[in-house]
Amino acid sequence: MAVRAQFEGNNEIGVFSKLTNNYCLVAIGGSENFYSVFEGELADTIPVVHASIAGCRIIGRMCVGNRHGLLVPNTTTDQELQHIRNALPDTVKIYRAEEKLSALGNVIACNDYVALVHPDLDRETEELLVDTLNVEVFRHTVASNVLVGSYTAFSNQGGMVPPKTSVEDLDELSSLLQVPLVAGTVNRGSDVLAAGLVVNDWMAVCGQDTTSTEVSVIESVFKLSDREPSQIQTQMRDSLVDTLS
Amino acid sequence: MEYLGSEGGPRQHYSLISCCRCGLQIEPNPTNMCVNCLRSDVDITEDIPKTSVLNFCRSCERYLQPPNQWVKAALESRELLSVCLKRLKGLNKVKLIDAGFVWTEPHSMRIKVKLTVQKEVMNGAVLQQVFVVEYTVQSNMCEDCHRVEAKDFWRAVVQVRQKCDHKKTFFYLEQLILKHRAHRSTVNIKPMADGLDFFFTKQDDAKKLVEFLSAYVPCRFVTGRELVSHDIRSNKYNYKHTFSVEIIPVCKDHIICLPKKTAQQLGGISPLCLVTRVTQSIHIIDPNTLQWAELSGAQYWRNPFKALVSPKQLIEYMVLEVNMVSDRDRPNRPRLSTKHMLADVYVARMSDLGANDQQFHCRSHLGHLLRAGDTVLGFDFSNANLNHQHFEAMKGDRIPDVMLVKKVFDRNKRIRRRKWKLERFDGADEADTESVNRDFNDFLEDLEEDQAIRENVNIYKDPSKISVQAEDTDDEGAPQISLMEMLEDLHISEDATGGEGAPMME
Repeated sequence: MAVRAQFEGNNEIGVFSKLTNNYCLVAIGGSENFYSVFEGELADTIPVVHASIAGCRIIGRMCVGNRHGLLVPNTTTDQELQHIRNALPDTVKIYRAEEKLSALGNVIACNDYVALVHPDLDRETEELLVDTLNVEVFRHTVASNVLVGSYTAFSNQGGMVPPKTSVEDLDELSSLLQVPLVAGTVNRGSDVLAAGLVVNDWMAVCGQDTTSTEVSVIESVFKLSDREPSQIQTQMRDSLVDTLS
Repeated sequence: MEYLGSEGGPRQHYSLISCCRCGLQIEPNPTNMCVNCLRSDVDITEDIPKTSVLNFCRSCERYLQPPNQWVKAALESRELLSVCLKRLKGLNKVKLIDAGFVWTEPHSMRIKVKLTVQKEVMNGAVLQQVFVVEYTVQSNMCEDCHRVEAKDFWRAVVQVRQKCDHKKTFFYLEQLILKHRAHRSTVNIKPMADGLDFFFTKQDDAKKLVEFLSAYVPCRFVTGRELVSHDIRSNKYNYKHTFSVEIIPVCKDHIICLPKKTAQQLGGISPLCLVTRVTQSIHIIDPNTLQWAELSGAQYWRNPFKALVSPKQLIEYMVLEVNMVSDRDRPNRPRLSTKHMLADVYVARMSDLGANDQQFHCRSHLGHLLRAGDTVLGFDFSNANLNHQHFEAMKGDRIPDVMLVKKVFDRNKRIRRRKWKLERFDGADEADTESVNRDFNDFLEDLEEDQAIRENVNIYKDPSKISVQAEDTDDEGAPQISLMEMLEDLHISEDATGGEGAPMME
């Protein structure tokens, strides 16, 4: 299921948070409203952590991570790194990346298996990605845009790309990532998907402006819907067949 | 409203996305919204008023172009469109693509303009929208018309004067002005003693008329100005300008006596001459020798002189005998007229017929016109008491007894046979006195007699007379104007005064 949230009046919630299947990082805001949204949804299952990176709140754009690990830019202070290490589960590997393109969230998009990266990303960072996040790395652009981390959002279930992606690109990306992709928007027509949307395998949080049409697209492509048609087909079907026979 | 693709290249094949508002499957665009949702969201014409007002002056038929310019514009014309567009306030915030009129009934006082505008909305999407603006035409009197109505409007006046006992020159001027539409910018024309006053709102217009007059009649002018008001702070002075134009007092059929010096300059012509024509210059002829000369305005004003005898002083003579003077016997002079024939003519005063048989002999240039028994107008020098400086300086033996000026035709018959008419200033032919009518008739006869003058005048066919066949054939050779020279009937619907401003005559 997808919920709407706002960070201090700003709809670009992907900038201020990072959501994976194993943990969630949330920027330190003036109030706890934004944190509460994540806390309310996720507290039972995964840790929701207040964090800052290099003193900034824009943690969603600065770091990249998945179930296996987290990469932070080398501007992250030791104290911040220690805090994150303490809060996150022990299975999550955390490393600093010596990367010129230090806004890692903007240049890398990943799920638990594959990562799309900016074509100019360092070779060392790529290796670090493979080691830390256990992903296969593809250098690619999306809709002739190099900031793949900003413009795409995908989980292990599915993914969204900007509307300007051509059909050929969409097919190619889909075969690379091995997840179904769809062109869509968030925040009432914005194509900066990763900025308006954070997603993992069972929930998504999007900006307050996101329309119900967009939410329904998000829910269907990330398979977040509570009333999955598969439920009828799998569990109930057996009993139905039983009674009918 | 429609969406214009911003990329110029070949169209790529995109997958359809759902409109973020309504879920409709659409091609991706910068707003990622379908046209209907976009239209409900943004209206690019909301800054532009859909109704407006045009101010229109009914008397001069001009539209106000703010702040204070009045422009002439026909309905559905380019000028009117520019006036309309300038009235719209928010138009600078959008890009105007097209504008055109939607037809409306002229009497409805409504003007509709269809506009196509483009504007960039969010994320660089360009929207195009077509809409109609309705203008209400309100009548407002313009400042110029206000002044005309208030009778306090002229800034310059041209006073045309001729010190002469008839008005023929002014009839000629009227025709000249009408033909060349030189009175277009006049706000008023007033007849005065000895002439006309032309009033203008601008000094330049007055100057233009003065230059026009100088080009067509020998005249001179002086200028004057009267200070109406002034502002010492801004150094602005408000004047009323006066141009006083004096036309030479010599006309056709005047007998003149040239100053000795002028006569010498004109090839030693005899001082006692007859004026045959006044155009840009004065054409004179010596009836005794057929020698002719042309006296320019500049030459005249160097040594001005008055006419010796005006046509009113002429008396009628009966022609008794005409003997052509053969070329052999003619005095050998330069520049002899080929249009006239020299003749020895014996005449008797019309008043003397039956009383005595006193005869006069004279030489005349009218040999080609005169026959025994004709009536002719001439001047009797033998009984004249003339008070003229140059005439008194002439020797007595060079003065003839009689000088014949022009042949007399039956005036009533000529009026009857006249198949043409002239355009007049508005109201000029009303309230004319007997003498003015006679002068006008003289002018018409002059036109018939002289082609050179006729060339400067528009002559129109008179449809009421042209259909009637000439019933009398006893042609006495009175000059007439051929049909070839007449223009088709003047259109009364067109305002003869140029259709501008107030009526010309008061």
